[in-house]
Amino acid sequence: MYEQLLQYLITGITVGSAYALVGLGFAIIYNASDVVNFAQGEFVMIGAMSAIFLNAAGIPYVLSIALAVAITAAVGMALEKFAIEPARNASVVSTIIITIGASILLRGAALLIWGKDIYGLKPFTGEETIHIGPATLLPQNLWVMGCTAVSVFLVKYFFDRTRTGKAILACSYNKRAAYLVGINVKKMLLISYGLSACLGAVAGILIAPITFFTYNAGVMLGLKGFSAAILGGMGNPMGAVAGGLMLGLLESIGAGLISSGYKDAIAFIIILLVLFLKPSGLFGKSSWERV
Amino acid sequence: MRLLGLGIFAAVIAILPLLFPENYYVTVVGVTMFFNVILAVGLNLFMGYAGQISLGHAAFFGLGAYSSAILTTKFGFNPWLAMGAGVALVWIVSYLVAKPILRLKGHYLAMATLGFGIIIHIFLVQYDTLTGGPDGLSSIPELSIFGWPINSDLRWYAVSATVMLLSILFSLNIVASRHGRALQAVHGSEVAAETMGIDTSRVKVHIFVISAVMAAVTGSLFVHEQAFISPDSCSFFFSIELVTMVVLGGMASTFGAVFGAAILTYLPEFLVVFQDFKVLIFGGILMFIMIFLPEGLFVGLCRLFTHFKQEQKECLTS
Repeated sequence: MYEQLLQYLITGITVGSAYALVGLGFAIIYNASDVVNFAQGEFVMIGAMSAIFLNAAGIPYVLSIALAVAITAAVGMALEKFAIEPARNASVVSTIIITIGASILLRGAALLIWGKDIYGLKPFTGEETIHIGPATLLPQNLWVMGCTAVSVFLVKYFFDRTRTGKAILACSYNKRAAYLVGINVKKMLLISYGLSACLGAVAGILIAPITFFTYNAGVMLGLKGFSAAILGGMGNPMGAVAGGLMLGLLESIGAGLISSGYKDAIAFIIILLVLFLKPSGLFGKSSWERV
Repeated sequence: MRLLGLGIFAAVIAILPLLFPENYYVTVVGVTMFFNVILAVGLNLFMGYAGQISLGHAAFFGLGAYSSAILTTKFGFNPWLAMGAGVALVWIVSYLVAKPILRLKGHYLAMATLGFGIIIHIFLVQYDTLTGGPDGLSSIPELSIFGWPINSDLRWYAVSATVMLLSILFSLNIVASRHGRALQAVHGSEVAAETMGIDTSRVKVHIFVISAVMAAVTGSLFVHEQAFISPDSCSFFFSIELVTMVVLGGMASTFGAVFGAAILTYLPEFLVVFQDFKVLIFGGILMFIMIFLPEGLFVGLCRLFTHFKQEQKECLTS
């Protein structure tokens, strides 16, 4: 029992790290522009697929990863520039449909470029399993956890300590006020989308050696990221990270102890229960209606 | 005057199969469109008028469809009795989940309904002794009305068109009733609606149950028309498609929902000629419409039209 539990923890934290990064991306875009970006999962897919194909085309491993992140960031910024900005007066539901349209469009493009086949990426370093007591893990699991921790730390540093980060936070509190104190609001939105796309790409590249990727792999990851962001309380970046890790753990423990077929159902039932008890997520501020 | 639009629509629906009795796009895709219209009109009551959101509506469609399929094939129920049982089941389930779920707002409500839809979908896939698992259930018996079997495309056209027109009439009447005004007040501001003496939670639960039951009836009809059901027909993607229909046509407009359902049914059919580019173009069109007409096609075009007429009038008077 105990031996397996450790294994579930390792799997859970690995998967949860990916969810955490996607959820973090959701939270950043939501804070900056009040948009729930349903194309977030597509960023993950584009990051992973670009890295796989650039590497297969003979570009050195590290360079192909860097290029893949850059490509995804460009896609994210293009989404903001050509879809979100022209529709800035649209209602929340309309912007949701725009991002759903964008995710269908990106998936369609991926289908054209990469076809329907399944691809994997070579692990960062080695494939020898490491034994910790009764549990085993791959070096890639450590890479996933480590890189996620570094990314989360960097994002936190960016928002807490840098001028640009603080400017984005100012935009998220009040765009007009931010504009009046001389912040370039449009540029900040662009940076937020780029940053969020980068995080998606990083998540995709990190887990590409563990799970395989196809043109439509982004859908489920996007959903899980959204669930993570909601579980943690929408608009709370560190809440989204915690939500992602919890979701990963719930899934792997649910799959191990109860049933692997029902693992998603278990995770969603728990999310529903959490929402019934805390209607604004675990770490979200409770909202009130202004009349 | 209020029902003029419905009258014209009904006339068109009645004439089309007389002109093109063998046309695939009229008699086959037409039936699919009518089903989608009922679903969209029902969802529009909840989303457009009451201002809520549901990303899990396909679950109610699925529960209705699977109840009919399971009860008729595995337990030998009469199809109408099975339909009644399915509706009763969805009535109870939607009522039970409505109370806790509808306390949530905005994105949290979206998340909860999404989760609900996914949970139901997973059970339909996993509980394979009853539901047939991912392969679904087939050879579902046909429906008949007093010995008149509904077994041809044209007969299905007539039946589904009738149910659809009734559901539109129902929606138009609800909106124009006291209940409909209460819904719109809830949409405007829940606190304000409560101070006017509206039991907002009850109003929301009612409309949620009504819209779920409409989906269940459609699911049951769909299963008999197709004689087949699989979990794919009621997945998360279908829920998203339904929401897209409502928003694309224009929220808070019954005919907007009709319009949206028609577009989302026919567009993929016509895009087939583009083969591999189909998905890309579909996504592009969806984005394009929502960026330039964020109120939805029908509502947006209506507004443009009245705006244009007003300008003409101003030109004439001045």
